Amino acid sequence: METNSNLSAKAISNSAVPIKELNPQFLESTENKKHLIDYLLGVADNYLILGQRLGELCGHGPNLEPDIALTNISLDMFGQVRSFYQYIAQLKGDKTTEDDIAFLRKEREYKNVLLVEQPNTDFGYVIVRQFFFDVYNRMFLGALQQSADQTLRALAFKGIKEASYHERFSGDWLKRLGDGTEESKTRVQQAVNDLWIYTDELFHTTEADDAMIAAGVAPDMLQLKEYYYDKVGELFSTAALEIPEVEYFQKGGKEGMHSEHMGYILADMQYMQRTYPDSKW
Amino acid sequence: MSQEIPLWEVFIRSKNGLEHRHCGSLHAEDAEMAMNNARDVYTRRNEGVSIWVVESKNITASSPEASGELFEPATDKVYRHPTFYELPEELKHM
Repeated sequence: METNSNLSAKAISNSAVPIKELNPQFLESTENKKHLIDYLLGVADNYLILGQRLGELCGHGPNLEPDIALTNISLDMFGQVRSFYQYIAQLKGDKTTEDDIAFLRKEREYKNVLLVEQPNTDFGYVIVRQFFFDVYNRMFLGALQQSADQTLRALAFKGIKEASYHERFSGDWLKRLGDGTEESKTRVQQAVNDLWIYTDELFHTTEADDAMIAAGVAPDMLQLKEYYYDKVGELFSTAALEIPEVEYFQKGGKEGMHSEHMGYILADMQYMQRTYPDSKW
Repeated sequence: MSQEIPLWEVFIRSKNGLEHRHCGSLHAEDAEMAMNNARDVYTRRNEGVSIWVVESKNITASSPEASGELFEPATDKVYRHPTFYELPEELKHM
C-alpha cells in the first residue's frame, strides 16, 4: 500500500521525467482535435459548474469569513475555466467564443462530473463536495504539468497554487467539522455518506479521455485513483469520519447524463445570455 | 453563533522590509483557521507577503478612562521633541 502511494505521489510531481512533446501534426487530424476538445470540456466544465454552485453562496455563508473564502474559490474556478474555454475556442478556430461555450450549450453537452452539481444542502455538504473535488484537482493539475501539450502544461503550472490552497481550506474545515461538536460531526458524516458515491466518477474516462491519455496529453487518472483514496482516507482518520460502504458508484455526467439538479443550474446561469444574447455590461 | 467564535487581530506585512501593520480583525475557531481567514479576507487584493494573527484576548489594551493620566501630561512638554538643536547646514534629512 505504502509503496504504491509513494509511487503515485512521485508520479504527481516528478520533474525528472522528460516531457514528451506533442507531434505538431497531431492536431491536424480532425479526430484528434475533436477528442482533445471533448477531453478539455470534461475537465473545464467541472470548474464552471462548481464555480456556479459556490457563487450561489455569495452573501449566504455562515458568517463573513467563510462567505468571502467560498466566493474567492468560486472566482478561482471561473478563472480556471476561462483559460480552458479560451483554449477550446482557439482549437475550434471558428467564431466560437469562451462565452458561447460557457452559456449556450444544452444540458447533454456539458461534461462535468455529477459531484460538482450536487446542491449546497448545508455547510457540511459544501465543504465535503469541495474537499472531494480539491484533492482530485490538485492531484490532477500536478500530473497535468507533465502533459505533452504545451498550453495544458502552462495552465497546470498556473492553477496548482490556488488548487493547493483550496485543498488546505476544505481539508481544514472538514477536520474541524468532523472532530467538532456532536452536531457538526453528524451532519458532515451525513454529507460524506451522500456524496461518497460521486467520487469514483472523477476517475472515469470517456473515449476522448482514453485517446488523450494514449497521446500523453492527459494524465492517466486511474493511476492516481489509489493515491486519491489514500489521501482522503488519511484526512478522514484525522477528522474522525468514516468511509461509507457503498455497493455502487454513480456516474454519467462525463457522458452528458446529469442529475436532476443540472437543469436548474443551467437555467439560472444561462438566463441572461439566452434572454439578451451578446449583452455587454 | 458568531459571538461564541473567538476574535483575532490581523497584522499584514505589505512588502518585505516593511513592518507588519494592524489591518483588522476576524472570527476563527483556532490559529490555523484564523490564518486561512486572514488570507481570504485581507490579502485577496494582493495586499500582503506575510500575516500575523493573534487572538484579541491576548492583547492588553490601555483603558480609555486612563487616557487622561497616560497621555495628557505629554501634550505640553514640547522640550521632549528634539526640535531645539541647531543643525549644521551640511546635515540633511533630519
